[in-house]
Amino acid sequence: MADRSPAPDTPELRDRWGGFAFTETYKAKADEAIARYPDGRQKSAVMPLLDLAQRQVGEETDTQGWLPLPVIEYVAEYLDMPVIRVLEVATFYFMYNLKPVGKYHVQVCGTTPCMLRGSDALFETCKKRGMVKGHVSQDGLWTLTEVECMGNCATAPMAQINDDNYEDLTPERLDAVLDALAAGEQPKPGTQEPGRHTSEPSDGVTTLKEMVDANYDYRSEW
Amino acid sequence: MPKVTVDGQEIEVPDGATVLQACELAGKEIPRFCYHERLSIAGNCRMCLVEVKPGPPKPQASCALPAADGQEIRTDTKMVKTAREGVMEFLLINHPLDCPICDQGGECDLQDQSMTYGRGATRYHENKRAVTEKYMGPLIKTIMTRCIHCTRCVRFSEEIAGVDEIGAVGRGEDMQITTYLEQAAEHELSANVIDLCPVGALTSRPYAFEARPWELKKTMSIDVSDAVGANIRLDSRGREVMRALPRINDAVNEEWLSDKGRYQVDGLGKRRLDKVFLRKDGKLAASTWDEAFGTIADRLGSDKSSIGAVAGDMLDCETMFAAKALIKACGSSFIEGRQTGMNYDVSNLAAVNFNSGLAGIETADAILIVGSHVRWEAPLVNVRLRKAAKRGAKIFLVGPLWDTTFPAEFLGTDLAVLNDLPGHVSDAFEAAERPAIIMGGAALARGALNAGLAFAETFGLVKEDWNGFNVLHFSAARMGGLMLGFAQSGGMADIAAANPNVLLSLGADETDYAPFANSLKVYIGHHGDKGAHAADIVLPGASFAEKDGTYVNTEGRVQFAEKAVFAPGDAREDWTILRALADALGVKVGFDSFAELQSAMIAEVPALGEEGVASFGALPKADMNAKAEGSIDRYPIADFYLTNPIARASAVMQQCSAELFHGDELAEAAE
Repeated sequence: MADRSPAPDTPELRDRWGGFAFTETYKAKADEAIARYPDGRQKSAVMPLLDLAQRQVGEETDTQGWLPLPVIEYVAEYLDMPVIRVLEVATFYFMYNLKPVGKYHVQVCGTTPCMLRGSDALFETCKKRGMVKGHVSQDGLWTLTEVECMGNCATAPMAQINDDNYEDLTPERLDAVLDALAAGEQPKPGTQEPGRHTSEPSDGVTTLKEMVDANYDYRSEW
Repeated sequence: MPKVTVDGQEIEVPDGATVLQACELAGKEIPRFCYHERLSIAGNCRMCLVEVKPGPPKPQASCALPAADGQEIRTDTKMVKTAREGVMEFLLINHPLDCPICDQGGECDLQDQSMTYGRGATRYHENKRAVTEKYMGPLIKTIMTRCIHCTRCVRFSEEIAGVDEIGAVGRGEDMQITTYLEQAAEHELSANVIDLCPVGALTSRPYAFEARPWELKKTMSIDVSDAVGANIRLDSRGREVMRALPRINDAVNEEWLSDKGRYQVDGLGKRRLDKVFLRKDGKLAASTWDEAFGTIADRLGSDKSSIGAVAGDMLDCETMFAAKALIKACGSSFIEGRQTGMNYDVSNLAAVNFNSGLAGIETADAILIVGSHVRWEAPLVNVRLRKAAKRGAKIFLVGPLWDTTFPAEFLGTDLAVLNDLPGHVSDAFEAAERPAIIMGGAALARGALNAGLAFAETFGLVKEDWNGFNVLHFSAARMGGLMLGFAQSGGMADIAAANPNVLLSLGADETDYAPFANSLKVYIGHHGDKGAHAADIVLPGASFAEKDGTYVNTEGRVQFAEKAVFAPGDAREDWTILRALADALGVKVGFDSFAELQSAMIAEVPALGEEGVASFGALPKADMNAKAEGSIDRYPIADFYLTNPIARASAVMQQCSAELFHGDELAEAAE
């Protein structure tokens, strides 16, 4: 599991991120998130705001983004809440990165269904490309993390790379996805199995066959 | 009122009670770690499992389950027993078995409950987790490997103290309790988390490895660091007070204690006056009682009436009464307790009392605080104010800004605002059912008492079952002194104008002695502080821990403190010094023993003989023309940690002052 301690509070970190503030675009989104809650309950928007802050940091550093301590403090101040409460949230959810990550955060699932369907080979593939678990690769492009179940067991094994899931992976398919990303292209998210649309049975439909093409009312057959 | 059955016993419980409370009402002990009466319910330790029907066929956490009519609760079944054993086993998986080197040993909830409810032996052979220690300031020592994540400390700092400092970062096995960036917990009640911690994760840093609970003598005492009169227990070993802990008293301190009351006790062993000193050639030199008494008698001569007494902030009523008796026997009436020179009117003590009561102020719905830095002057009253604010009370303050722990509005520093309140403020007080005003020392010093009474009259602060007029003192001796008549109409200035030959200073360390340059200043006290420096004769007395005594807190509550240890060296209990001095001066004070002294005191002021809140009758008729004027530019307390001679002698309080109060300045100076 990834190390969940925040990046150390150094003068360099303060220098780089001390002046962090939402840009116009992100500020608008943040205020929209706050407006979803009643007056005085602005704290409820802490999770979307942390996400927005992480995305803005990502844009500024051309990575997936992470949350330096001064940025966490900025969010706390923005929502008028104690910093420790924001830090609690940020350290609880794994989707918030507390240390710098690469441009692509490759999160490969290693939980039982994915492991049985060959996730070990995916880690091997990543390793061959120079990725080390919990670290940013030399070229700054990749960060590899082993994660627990992402809920794609029907299309195991899978990896989540930034905002998209890539499922039904084999070492070759993962390589293809990573190559495309490295080349600046956007590979097709979702299942990589040819002919499969989502998580339907891979060898053809066995139930609810009438539903394949159009909606069908089964109620008369109950 | 739901009716429930607990282990076959049918009882009726109050609405809103939990199953745990129902079990307690039925006299059943329910083990618990995270549940605490004064904190919100977390339900995360799972130790309080019981069997409840109707409900799912599994044990239920009783602390978070509301009691409902017809519930059948069992606390003695096999299922409950094994469930508790299981929970305890899980808790002990990651808890180190280091009881022999743990300061909590002997008073540890986990230790006690594992003995009572746990399995006999462990089945766990894997490695335990280890957690790094977290710095939480000079008072709290942390050994976080012992933490069982009950989150009592987190809830305390958020709910009671109102300063969100402690939090739980990480999740699951990696959850850790910490302050943000390991900053020191910086509020006046921080050390209460030590009492709350059910294990040895948060222990007392100054008391670390000092003593075991079973070797300490426990004495019931009263905190004298402020005028709240918190009930404390002094734990002593031999002649040394090792620590002070709060006792539960819902009417006064609930179960909290300010950091100063808790940690100033190490000052009881430092800078003590343990010999008689006499000023010779401008320098204080060790002397004898006889010589000192002789010098006083010589100076006083045949006309003994040129004598006055000023009482300090931490005196018990008995000492003050003995001094008063001596001064009276000498034919004088110069006694004063308001040593900083305040001279508010004390003809009616109801006008200088905290009339709504410490517990009562919680129920107020509009409060005006005039000239009081409540967090420093009475941290435990601040807790009550926070409760009132949480119940929806509107709170306004007059005075310089301070960091309130509740939503409040500052109306500026100019007292004239009392004469003409802003519209929304007067609207709030007009609409309030239980309006209250709290006058602090800074307001009294600027003569705003009458304006406060006029405010009380205008807004009807006194009702059939409610008296919202409050004065918040910060000297433990103040109310007792006023009841005993330690007040001149002109305050200290009256005594200075009389230019007495002899001035008895009873532990008065905040007095300006400059006007008494011609007087023989006799300091009777326990610490070599400002008073002793100014004195011509120093007679070593006893501190609050070294004598029995009666104290009256700011709400007029008479409380009795017991003697925990003996005073060091030649120091004597103050009343015996005054009694001996009476003999040396050839006057009769009318008592030869402490019991006689007490009965004489009670005969004069009967209220001091009854523990409980003294009644001072109705408020005086307010002078509606009274106008408040002037502005409050500062509060009387400059540094919360160093307000009295004991605290100033205490190494722990000095460290707190340096680190917590002056910490920012130090950091700036370093940069």
